[in-house]
Amino acid sequence: MDLMAIVLLCGGLFFFTGGAIGILRFPDFYSRLHPAGKLDTAGQLLALSAVALIILDDLSREHLLTAAKIGLIVVFVYLTSPTATHAIVDAGVRAGLRPWEKRPAGETTDDDLG
Amino acid sequence: MARKAQATWDTVISVLNAAKPAQSLRFNRGHLISFLLLLALWIVFSGRFDGFHLAMGVLASALVARLSGGLIFTRPAPKGLPRLWGRLIAYLPWLLYQIFRANLHVLYLVFHPRMMDKINPKIIKFDSRLKSDYARTLFANAITLTPGTITVDVTALGRFAVHCIDDVSGDPLPGQMEERIARVFEK
Repeated sequence: MDLMAIVLLCGGLFFFTGGAIGILRFPDFYSRLHPAGKLDTAGQLLALSAVALIILDDLSREHLLTAAKIGLIVVFVYLTSPTATHAIVDAGVRAGLRPWEKRPAGETTDDDLG
Repeated sequence: MARKAQATWDTVISVLNAAKPAQSLRFNRGHLISFLLLLALWIVFSGRFDGFHLAMGVLASALVARLSGGLIFTRPAPKGLPRLWGRLIAYLPWLLYQIFRANLHVLYLVFHPRMMDKINPKIIKFDSRLKSDYARTLFANAITLTPGTITVDVTALGRFAVHCIDDVSGDPLPGQMEERIARVFEK
């Protein structure tokens, strides 16, 4: 049980690290949101499952309730994180920020902002 | 089974409306579902099962459901609710698997030494055949949850604008994901 929790926790940390490095490496506002908003959700799923596993090691009613609360945190993050990410992207589009693209800048048209 | 559940709903609602209140004060299914959800959350969060705390929970949930139930379910709930939930739960493992796979893909991109050659950010647009608000919301949510793609905009006519980080992430859209959600809602 402990071993599995450690593996999960390390996996979660790996995703978090990837998210942080991705924010630094990606070229622009929009693409940076991909690692920022998403790798975190994977990281927290793994890390919180590890915490829940450690708690459930000693099975009792209180611990079951705590594990249920941890499960609810995961559910809420999976609902709110895409919403927040979408709100940030939407704000960028409304402000008129153009996405970085590989093709020459001259070819970008207003149509891209829909 | 579904019809029986339907009858139970209707009975509970008619009991709640027994005093025949004015139209604006009537209970509907949205209130009832909100109440049950809130009560379940109360019980999990409080962790106490004695009469006093449960009664407090019932009171508080009823009050909040009555005051703000209309915010949670703005439209009449779709028909065949129990079966819909069943299909929704059956769809979740697939979604989790997709999220996991896409996470690994973005992780691979993040650590790739020639990351700039690999990525190709762009906004793609497509028309979705999903009709209901619930289905479109779920679809937009699923797109954003899957790393590599973020829903930028959905119009009232169901036109999706999606920002994707590279061709591998963007190409499968709308595709299988839309099909799965259509199967949940529109059977």
